Amino acid sequence: MKVFLMYPDRDFEPVQKSSPEQRLVPRQKLPGSEPALIQDLELNTLLNAMALKDEFLFEVAKQAILSSLDSQEIIRYRQAILKDCLKHPDIIREIYRIPIQSAENKHNHWMGIFSTNPSGVLSGAREMLEMFVGLLKTLKKLADDHAGEFESQGFRRFFAMIQQELDDEYFAVVERHLKQLKFNSGVLLSAELGAGNEGANYVLRKPNFNNQSWIKRIFASKSPMYSYTLDPRDDGGARVLGDLRDRGLNSVANAVAQSADHIDSFLNALQSELAFYMGCINLSEGLAQLGEPIAFPEVAPAGKRRHSFTGLYDVCLALTMKQKVVGNDVNANDKSLVIITGANQGGKSTFLRSIGLAQLMMQCGMFVPAKSFHANVCASLFTHYKQEEDATMTSGKFDEELNRMSSIVDNLSPNSMVLFNESFAATNEREGSEIARQIVSALLEKRVKVFFVTHQYEFAHSFYDKKMAHAIYLRAERRDDGTRTFKLIEGEPLQTSYGKDLYDRIFG
Amino acid sequence: MMIFHSILFDKDVIQKETAEQPAFFTDLNLDQVIDAITAGKPEYNLKPFFHTPLRDVGTIQYRHEIMRDLEDATLMEHIKIFAEKMIIVRRYLGLAGKLDYHYHEEGWFLEAALVYCEAVTGLAQDLDAADLKSRGLIAFREYVKNYVHSHSFHTLLTETKKVKAGLSSVKYSVIIQIGRFSVRAYEGETDYSVEVEKTFEKFKQGAVKDYQAKLYKGSGMNHIEAQILEFVARLYPERFAALDQFCANHRQFVNETIRVFDREIQFYVSYLEFITDIELKGLAFCYPQVGESREVYDYDGFDIALAHSLLNTEKPVICNDFVLKEPERIIVVSGPNQGGKTTFARTFGQLHYLASLGLPVPGREARLFLFDQIFTHFEREEDISNLRGKLEDDLFRIHSIFTRVTSNSILILNEIFASTTLKDAVFLSKEIMAKVMELDVLCVCVTFMDELSAFSEKTISMVSTVLPENPAMRTFKIIRRPADGLAYALSLAEKHRLTYEQIKERIQS
Repeated sequence: MKVFLMYPDRDFEPVQKSSPEQRLVPRQKLPGSEPALIQDLELNTLLNAMALKDEFLFEVAKQAILSSLDSQEIIRYRQAILKDCLKHPDIIREIYRIPIQSAENKHNHWMGIFSTNPSGVLSGAREMLEMFVGLLKTLKKLADDHAGEFESQGFRRFFAMIQQELDDEYFAVVERHLKQLKFNSGVLLSAELGAGNEGANYVLRKPNFNNQSWIKRIFASKSPMYSYTLDPRDDGGARVLGDLRDRGLNSVANAVAQSADHIDSFLNALQSELAFYMGCINLSEGLAQLGEPIAFPEVAPAGKRRHSFTGLYDVCLALTMKQKVVGNDVNANDKSLVIITGANQGGKSTFLRSIGLAQLMMQCGMFVPAKSFHANVCASLFTHYKQEEDATMTSGKFDEELNRMSSIVDNLSPNSMVLFNESFAATNEREGSEIARQIVSALLEKRVKVFFVTHQYEFAHSFYDKKMAHAIYLRAERRDDGTRTFKLIEGEPLQTSYGKDLYDRIFG
Repeated sequence: MMIFHSILFDKDVIQKETAEQPAFFTDLNLDQVIDAITAGKPEYNLKPFFHTPLRDVGTIQYRHEIMRDLEDATLMEHIKIFAEKMIIVRRYLGLAGKLDYHYHEEGWFLEAALVYCEAVTGLAQDLDAADLKSRGLIAFREYVKNYVHSHSFHTLLTETKKVKAGLSSVKYSVIIQIGRFSVRAYEGETDYSVEVEKTFEKFKQGAVKDYQAKLYKGSGMNHIEAQILEFVARLYPERFAALDQFCANHRQFVNETIRVFDREIQFYVSYLEFITDIELKGLAFCYPQVGESREVYDYDGFDIALAHSLLNTEKPVICNDFVLKEPERIIVVSGPNQGGKTTFARTFGQLHYLASLGLPVPGREARLFLFDQIFTHFEREEDISNLRGKLEDDLFRIHSIFTRVTSNSILILNEIFASTTLKDAVFLSKEIMAKVMELDVLCVCVTFMDELSAFSEKTISMVSTVLPENPAMRTFKIIRRPADGLAYALSLAEKHRLTYEQIKERIQS
């Protein structure tokens, strides 16, 4: 039985919950750009809105967002499931409660397989199985009651699987085993003579008479049998007999314990996979409160150049300001290079962040913060932002920037996307522009999509002058009176960034 | 039945084993070497073999042949497999002797016989397939072949297999209740854990933990298990009667010649294993010519004890040559301290000793002298119990050597008379040297006294050297060269390619 709500054909294994204190250990390797993405795109703001202080939801959301999908098919698979979730948030929450309940039961009743001797393993595992069976019945009931209300391929498969695998007959078989595994009337072992005539290959056998009175039937049979009753004071003998019993129970105890583990990991998988959707539900409810729109993006393949949207806003800014923020409408279809120039404090960084966030959200199957959104997937996403002066003083600022760029290049592949924010400005404009120009030209040649926020007129204009068909130039809008609209408009790079406006405002 | 004497001796007079290690062992660090060689094989008691040098060139030749055969990796592997099985045989027999319950004891006795038959038939087959050149192994192969085809071995083999087959096909059931158990024949009941697994298979996610307890079971039997075994014997009386009969018939099944071979062959195996690790460091071993010639030499020799101790380090082992031509007898080693002089002297002694055991020795090529005795004089800690001063003790010990040494001996003198004035030391040393020369004995003499090095035509001078670029750095190279206290100057000359040898080479004739 597989959950398969994150991928149509494989498990999603975001975090390991092996230790009793539920320590969260990232399992999947995230792309090398992770720390930069988190910082530059203010990802934690988004993750907090999804997690609502639940550490597990936070981790799962983080892993899901940072391990982008490049398959349109899987993105659409998740989009459909997420649409179902947004339609039935209460049912999803009820299903999500099942694995939570399992974890709580284990915690509250000290349940678990802590023993190392087979009898102990068996009784611990049997107890867990009993508890799981109860929860699985709840899951089955939810499936019976609500399966029909779900439309996505993922949920239809999931519910069908539950109904088919966990039918009444199956529960009956399981319960019979749970009773037998107590071995109230004794155990039947088979054995052979090993080296030195020592008993070997002890195997627990299922009596040929399949009911509780098997032991009577065996004793009544005519085949020869020899019995020995221990002296009540023979403690050593009793211990040996217990050891022999353990030897026989060893593999069945293992089988029961592993079964318990399997169900446990099924419930864990259910929790992990639903956790992502729980986060999405939380976020959608939060944005709805702010009156912000969400849209399911239209996904184009990596080879295409699509970026057109209306009302795209910076979800992190909205969440931080706790209010509606300005959105942008841009059509950059068939463009590989987007250069953004213009007024300070004019919304350039915000815009760049909204591009990055929307891309990550789209590529993990989420909705995006926009009225409409259409973009191609990218192979990987990198951010290269101007950073604070290196506190360690080990390398100069420009050196540090080039160093970061170099490690990005190590990991770049065609159809990736790089977001530059005032990069290579830590030197004089001439040098910085030339380096930026060379880097960007090379990236474009390698089919990498580039968004570049810059004040460097020389750099921006060198591209503009070439009149490249696949480049587009956006400018932060500034009204003639100096006020900003925080909207971007298409337009030629200008030589001034209106820093004077700022100066005047602050010093004036 | 044919007779096979020994894989260690070609003649039927077998040299007596020596339990005590020779007196010079610690000075030459041979005690460490033999400890390392025999470590891990205490049950063979191999040290006496290594304490017994040969006096016969023919026997040395005999051992060389066997050693060369054993250099074949396949044969070596086969001998090791045989040895491992014989170890198991002994372990099982020892175990059986200590057991309390009749069928338990007989069970282990049967196991021992099974493994023994396997060991011997395997060995016979493996030797048969081997391309042997040595007289020793060829003769032994012949012996084993005859043995495995003998009636007694054949009977042992067939009966062992038959009895074991009867017992291992026994399958029974044990029903365990509280304070009570019952034994009866197994009646085809199904495996319950398989059924449980099948029931829960659908939940299988990924790999899960293995909960099988590691139930350690020593080879013991308690009264409960013994009781179960007794019940099983009652269920299958004929099979256990056959076991009784087998044990009565084959009380002593291990052949004496095989047993002795199993021990003696380890002399070769242990040494080959030991030198293989050293060879991996890029160091060479060779079969020396051994005989009465005093024109001894060894190229790229090294201290085998030092090489062994440096095995797990990055440090290189320095190799050195020596060559003695008539009438040369005495190597006087001088030069900077910590330059490898003592190591060189030890090497000389080790090489001769190992050669006398019929073993390959460190070096690319060697001719070594078959000595009657080795004497060493190394500096000792002052020993309060002998009530002698250090100089007195030195003289006392040297005197004791001279009462026993013959012209066929080998003498290693390391820093004699280091604890007196230079003048005294030179005087005493010259006296000793005169005696050594008179004896015509092979000798290595390590000294700080340059005066000794050009004593006569019988002495050659070798010096430890330094790096030309950095005279403080030792090379551990010992080179034949006059000792004139000019090691440093010579090094510089070397750097400029102006040594005697170099100039000779540079000037075209």
